[in-house]
Amino acid sequence: MTAGTRSEHYPVGIAGVSLGEIERRVGPDEAPPLPPNAQLRTVGQSAPRVNGRAKVTGQARFTVDVTLPGMLHARFLRSPYPHARILSLDAGPAERHPGVRAVHLIDHPIGRAREIAGPGPAEPAGRRVLYVGDPIAAVAAVTPQEAQAALDLIQVVYQPLPFVIDLEDARKADAPRVFERAVHSESFGGPAPQLAQHGNVHGPDLSASRGDAAAGLNAAEVLVEGEFRTQVQTHCCLEPHALVADWRDEGLTVYISTQFTAGIRAELAEAFGLPLSRVRVRVDAVGGAFGSKSRVGQYVLSAVELSRRAHAPVRLALERHEEQIDSGNRPSTVQRIRLGARRDGTLTGVSIDAYGTAGVALGAGVGNFAQSIYECAHFALAQSDVFIHAGPGAPMRAPGNVPGAFAYEQIIDELAERLGMDPLALRERIDPSSVRREERRVGAERIGWSRRRPPASDPGTLKHGLGMAQSHWPALIQSNSACEVRILRDGSVEVRSSVQDIGTGVGTVLAQVVAEELGLAPDQIAVRIGDTRFAAGPPSYGSRTSASITPPARNAAYRVLRQLIENAAPSLGAAPEALAARDGRICTADGRRGLSFREAAALLRTDEISAVASRSDNYGGFGHRMGDAAIARQGLGGVQFAEVAVDTHTGRVLIERVVAVHDCGRPLNPRQIESQVHGGILQGISYALYEERILDAHTGHMLNPNLEQYKILRSRETPAIEVHVLEHYRGESATDAYGIAEPSIIATAPAVANAVYNAIGVRMRALPMNPAAILAALGRVPQQNGPP
Amino acid sequence: MKQFDWMTPDDVAHAARAATATVATAMLSRSGQPTTDAAVLKAGGIDLLDLMKEDLLSPHRLINLLSIPGLDRIEPQGGGLRIGPTVTLAQLAAHEAVRARFRALADAAGASASPQIRHLATLGGNLLQRPRCWYFRSHAHHCARKGGDTCFAFAGENQYHAIFGHRGCAIVHPSTCATALVAFGGALEITGPTGARREVSLEAFFRLPETDLQRENDLLPGEIVTAIRIPAHPHTTRSIHLKQGETDSFDWPIAEVAVALDLADGVCRRASVVLGAAAPVPHRAVQAEAALAGRAINEALLRTAARAALEGAAPLSRNAYKLPIFEALVRRAMRAAMEA
Repeated sequence: MTAGTRSEHYPVGIAGVSLGEIERRVGPDEAPPLPPNAQLRTVGQSAPRVNGRAKVTGQARFTVDVTLPGMLHARFLRSPYPHARILSLDAGPAERHPGVRAVHLIDHPIGRAREIAGPGPAEPAGRRVLYVGDPIAAVAAVTPQEAQAALDLIQVVYQPLPFVIDLEDARKADAPRVFERAVHSESFGGPAPQLAQHGNVHGPDLSASRGDAAAGLNAAEVLVEGEFRTQVQTHCCLEPHALVADWRDEGLTVYISTQFTAGIRAELAEAFGLPLSRVRVRVDAVGGAFGSKSRVGQYVLSAVELSRRAHAPVRLALERHEEQIDSGNRPSTVQRIRLGARRDGTLTGVSIDAYGTAGVALGAGVGNFAQSIYECAHFALAQSDVFIHAGPGAPMRAPGNVPGAFAYEQIIDELAERLGMDPLALRERIDPSSVRREERRVGAERIGWSRRRPPASDPGTLKHGLGMAQSHWPALIQSNSACEVRILRDGSVEVRSSVQDIGTGVGTVLAQVVAEELGLAPDQIAVRIGDTRFAAGPPSYGSRTSASITPPARNAAYRVLRQLIENAAPSLGAAPEALAARDGRICTADGRRGLSFREAAALLRTDEISAVASRSDNYGGFGHRMGDAAIARQGLGGVQFAEVAVDTHTGRVLIERVVAVHDCGRPLNPRQIESQVHGGILQGISYALYEERILDAHTGHMLNPNLEQYKILRSRETPAIEVHVLEHYRGESATDAYGIAEPSIIATAPAVANAVYNAIGVRMRALPMNPAAILAALGRVPQQNGPP
Repeated sequence: MKQFDWMTPDDVAHAARAATATVATAMLSRSGQPTTDAAVLKAGGIDLLDLMKEDLLSPHRLINLLSIPGLDRIEPQGGGLRIGPTVTLAQLAAHEAVRARFRALADAAGASASPQIRHLATLGGNLLQRPRCWYFRSHAHHCARKGGDTCFAFAGENQYHAIFGHRGCAIVHPSTCATALVAFGGALEITGPTGARREVSLEAFFRLPETDLQRENDLLPGEIVTAIRIPAHPHTTRSIHLKQGETDSFDWPIAEVAVALDLADGVCRRASVVLGAAAPVPHRAVQAEAALAGRAINEALLRTAARAALEGAAPLSRNAYKLPIFEALVRRAMRAAMEA
């Protein structure tokens, strides 16, 4: 027993299925256990979004709406070549152009793989640009038009160099090299052991392997194998990457569309040699991010630098084509999988050989999906990055696991078919998760799984199919997360944190959690977030926001309430321990003695009282710690079922219905969770059927850098979606809440692919499954693919 | 986008005299930089805005046809229709006479673009819009249609390109309404700067690249489309338009078909079958029309006609998948027309 801790009993299990209790040792300042949602007033209810009205009436302020007096406008000069050396660059005419206030030449752009310093091949002078759209210079002028005009005056002499944009070509020994030296192996996940690099191939990373996969495969009674390919997907945020940088003598303020205000502050403080106290980062509404607004990119550095030089605020918002080319993307993959099993389905060995490209960046892995989801002692994963002359990849909603699940959940279905087992029955055998077991049960019932027929059962042109797939995602926590709750003398309450709401509704759940603790309604809580002047909150990536910020919010509310109660207790003639907050009152358990919350606040001796709490460790500990972040002992599940119809004469796949069953710990706001699951499914369908970055082999240009030829799901492609969220209690924090953003997209593409297979009897091993791909798979395309 | 002047003419003659170029001629250059001294006509401005935002077109003056009264009417004329050039696609899609007698045109208009765009886009502009080929729309590709030397689609990404008539340039004609209008034997009334009018059938109006590589039609600078005419058709005519995109919302077709069948007692007296997104012009499938004319319609004939519609198709490296889609659409359109 640790000194100062106390023992408490927490609900654990799935409500309505397996609800029980677990004893935990918790810190002395932890709020007491929260009972299951059925016993709560506010948490677990679908409170309306705190900024919902502002958003639907156009009042919400996005970064692109920010204007400051004297603000300048910045634009980028970008490389028209996929690979070239800059022999000379004259920015003089641009600097002298009327209206221009600053020019910034970019020598060492960030946001891509970093070459290791030290001896290497001698290179001629002059920066090499590495992709079409590689930023070369930025200009700030009094209007966007003047900035654009000045860009046209910058005289650049390029020496075009050989380039490679095809993934297979890039792997060849004689391919033009993107990097002349080895690059650091750090990727989205932070530092990694240094990997080998031959030509453009960086890797393989073998670190996820365990056991002896070759022996496991040899021991198999049944072997299935396949090669799967996934395309490059772009983030397509409706609000572009944008900021207004305001550099002043007293400090730097940056208004930015971001997923991590505190992280941007730390990165800018380091980059510009400023103390943290003199950098302020602010954001109100964010119009989509999906991983691409996690960090400081070159566009951020350039805008701040221009502001520093011009002594004026600088606005920079990327154009749509810049978004598509240079704001990140989901890397492509090629995955060769061999799967061995016994006749009862037990996996004996798995071998995955994967490579893909994140352009000039690293990060084309297949995540931790296959290595984590099913039991198999003998598992080999070799994954490599291949550099090409294309814009850098970036984390995108469940990086790695989305392409990883597309391949793995299909090969599992192939195994089921080979074994003559139902896909659900096979998963019953190999999936150790009891949560997903319940999710399969609920989902199968809701989709009507018993209606599922053998592949290609429909006699006509239009063929229907049912399919399912599972999700796995680590439950992440930012342990470096703090939140403040203040009670003011008039009874008003503020919750304050630098955490940002990227559209998922964290502001609303903060209000709910605080309101629950204080016995108030959510609309009585003022939500102050998205500003580093407040307590430093977590990032909004890795599906970690709710898990990281709601426990400290509740603990802060609990602690400030203790102060309020202690102050009011004497005038009520009650011991503080006998008083609680309920229904807008501070009162005894029997309700006889009490005050309104407002009256209690009026008794304060100062204008306000406050408590700040930071994220305690999970009760029972973390599974793994990584600096400011940690992983819970148990992951997040999810199972999705898709019902599709395939028009075998036109190749169109129509998604008729999706049933999604998910868990995210204690659901705080069901409607918001449902909304986020809808988003994951729609983005997943869009990835499965429509989206693809298309590069021109002859010029290296992206041919569809827009939202017209880059096909994306819209309203008429939206199927009926049914979401069921389990109440899954884990007894791990003051709120026991987890995230849903990433779990909700992982299973979609493979569920659709498995349903397409069930419809047409042909397995779609590449994305997107568009008409050209479906018709080719059906053997209906003449010439190139044989007779119709 | 560069700055430009804005002109609101009082009448057609005024507008025609002010126009110095068509959009096609204003985009043409040897250097790859568009001319900056052109005055061009603007109706809905949808395609114009796209081109100007991409700096593919930099006119110094826009002449707004929407300020001219009387160009936005749909009127009966000789048993057919006379449609003003600034009638919007939304009006066309909802118009009772169009829906009742020229359903393929109402379908085509209603299947174009998005609801927002259909409420601004005009029929005239829809017929005259420039192709969507991504090489043509790319500033970095000075293609043959813009005055360069190369069609990049032949050796490049041609999945959305033509399967017929692509000698020298592989665009597909972008107008969905044109596909339907050609099926009805539609014609244009064109007024020149002197006020003189000429009438030209749509089929003759649109140009294959082998005839003219740089213009999709024979409109001359200073000419204005002042009406779109549809001739009378027997009351026994049934028409349908089907569009197939990769998505249903706000997408360009990868294949579309308009058919107009004059049917009596199960016999097809006359058939029009026109393929869109198939060729640099709306493509009349004359073999299919011939296969149908005078014959009793049955499922076998529909299959024969659908196959005939694709005779002579020459798919490029990545667009052979369009063939089975067209074949299916032709069959379905004919079947639907019989049931309409």
